[in-house]
Amino acid sequence: MLEGILIGLQTALSLQNLIVVIGGCLIGTFIGMLPGLGPMSIIAIMIPVAITMGDPSAALILLAGVYYGAIFGGSTSSILLNAPGVAGTVASSFDGYPMSQQGKAGKALTIAAIASFAGGTIGAILLMIFAPMLSSVALLFHSPEYFALMVVGLSAIAAFAGPGQVTKALLMTILGLIMATVGEGALFNLPRFTAGIMDLQSGFGFITLAMAMFALPEAVFLVLKPKNLGDDGGEIKDLRITRAEARAIAPVIGRQSVQGFFIGVLPGAGATIASFLGYAVERNIAPKAEQDEFGKGSIKGLAAPETANNAACTGSFVPLLTLGIPGSGTTAILLGALIALNVTPGPRLMVDEPQIFWAVIMSMFIGNLVLLILNLPLIPYIAKLLAIPRNYLIPFILFFTLMGAYIGQNNATELLLLVFFGICGIALKFANYPLPPLLIGFILGGMMEDNFSRSMQLYGGVNFVFERPMTLALLLIAAALIILPIVRARKARKAAA
Amino acid sequence: MALDRWIALILLGICLIYGYTAWFTMDESLAPFMRRNPIWPSTFPKVLSIFGIIACFVILSGLEKGEQKIGDIDHRRLTDYFLGQAILLLALMVVYALCLRPLGFLASTSLFLILGSFILGERKFHIMIPVALIATVAVWYLVQEVLGIFLRPLPYFLGA
Repeated sequence: MLEGILIGLQTALSLQNLIVVIGGCLIGTFIGMLPGLGPMSIIAIMIPVAITMGDPSAALILLAGVYYGAIFGGSTSSILLNAPGVAGTVASSFDGYPMSQQGKAGKALTIAAIASFAGGTIGAILLMIFAPMLSSVALLFHSPEYFALMVVGLSAIAAFAGPGQVTKALLMTILGLIMATVGEGALFNLPRFTAGIMDLQSGFGFITLAMAMFALPEAVFLVLKPKNLGDDGGEIKDLRITRAEARAIAPVIGRQSVQGFFIGVLPGAGATIASFLGYAVERNIAPKAEQDEFGKGSIKGLAAPETANNAACTGSFVPLLTLGIPGSGTTAILLGALIALNVTPGPRLMVDEPQIFWAVIMSMFIGNLVLLILNLPLIPYIAKLLAIPRNYLIPFILFFTLMGAYIGQNNATELLLLVFFGICGIALKFANYPLPPLLIGFILGGMMEDNFSRSMQLYGGVNFVFERPMTLALLLIAAALIILPIVRARKARKAAA
Repeated sequence: MALDRWIALILLGICLIYGYTAWFTMDESLAPFMRRNPIWPSTFPKVLSIFGIIACFVILSGLEKGEQKIGDIDHRRLTDYFLGQAILLLALMVVYALCLRPLGFLASTSLFLILGSFILGERKFHIMIPVALIATVAVWYLVQEVLGIFLRPLPYFLGA
């Protein structure tokens, strides 16, 4: 392994590759800030550039830099504008945006930068150690286990539900799942619930729904009740995190780096599930007083998804590099780029082309370091976004939500859907229905139904639950996740009485 | 009846229509060979409709006890806030959606940004207009020229 690390360092530290990784991180960060352009679209856009470079190592290093940069850029718009551009950064807005509203935008971005750095770096170390081993474990996961994993992800909504909110959160999740069934399913090839509208054949756009549920209601609330976002005139007073805060988030970062990485290894799971599960786990294990802080600007609530999504991104390279199986849409595009560069990922990659395998891993370390070094000094300038006067900022937020939805689907009907869902989101917010579960249900719905259907077909019914112990164990965990908050709430009520 | 129950009632209606479609109409067009499969396109929606209906009934019947929380904005006193501005901005978004293709990106976006600021009370046209124009052109250049995503810049009658 040491030899491989040295080969990788030699390749990654060449002047050309250093410039490439810095450029990739910067491009990814700035474009990733635009809602609607997630890592997948940015990497797809950068592929022609990467291919023209000719050198597979440099190309992969560029794309890995863009990937990390885009994830961090997405977190920035989640934290500052409550406009998550990609599913993996939705959970970052739960506590990041409240922190911004409390005048702690600088601190939130610093925590995001440090957590992302730590998650990515620890993930890269784990990748070096476990890559060969994990590829065989990942193969043990089949459709029933994936279905059960999705159920666990959805059950984690219990983490978002406050006292007396469990049913509302469940209803929102079901509504998200229902919305995910609109359009053509991957397995059936039949349009469902489209009411004959052609534009609904491909279903609702994720970006449209994310913008409608988060950014649009927030912007409308700012119009209804003006708050001076730039109370401090854009001066970031508390960029630094205190020693006590660092001590508080350190174990969260440690736990979520490991958990996020292992979730990322599973094909199909990826950064989204990792970030939601990370948030849910940290909320559930936090002391009672700190649990109430989640969703209102908790530093742990921000550090958990930020660490987990970066670690999962690194983890998703395991099946790609060791098996040639892309675990997510983003890694599928990377696989396409590799094939275009005449590189065949798989078990032989480490043996046949070690310089590529190790250069990618080394570039992960360098990319994360570059992101931290570049972004920390830039944070005061990035956070100045909030100092823009309300009369200018709100039309721009609305414009970016519209653009996000338009670019995502290239369809003007999406803009009308955005406004319609936005109004629904506002009404749901007024009635105190939690919106994140709706989006989680929608994101996981398609994958969940596909895996459920495949399992039913393979086992001729629901027998798969009992025939596969891992599936049963995961479903039991899911049940526990739903039941525990209810039992806790009942106990609290009894104690209060 | 509280707003959350009204919404639960509307969602119950949606779940009932969804369930009716899944249980009674979707399978009609199913090919005979597909009927032998353990899973049909309507299977998952059928399960969801049942869970959705149950959840709506639980909320409507008030089985789960929770506090009535009012957030930053009290929806019962909406007229105390800048409701007119919010409605106008939402209407402007609809108009933007309808005009984006016929008017082209540059004109519709500049107008959207200028009118948006105007609705919110901004009257400094010497700042509003240049900011809107610069931002529009910059975003168009970035999206179309750098990223290669097509955005029709000019109105349709100019042929762009």
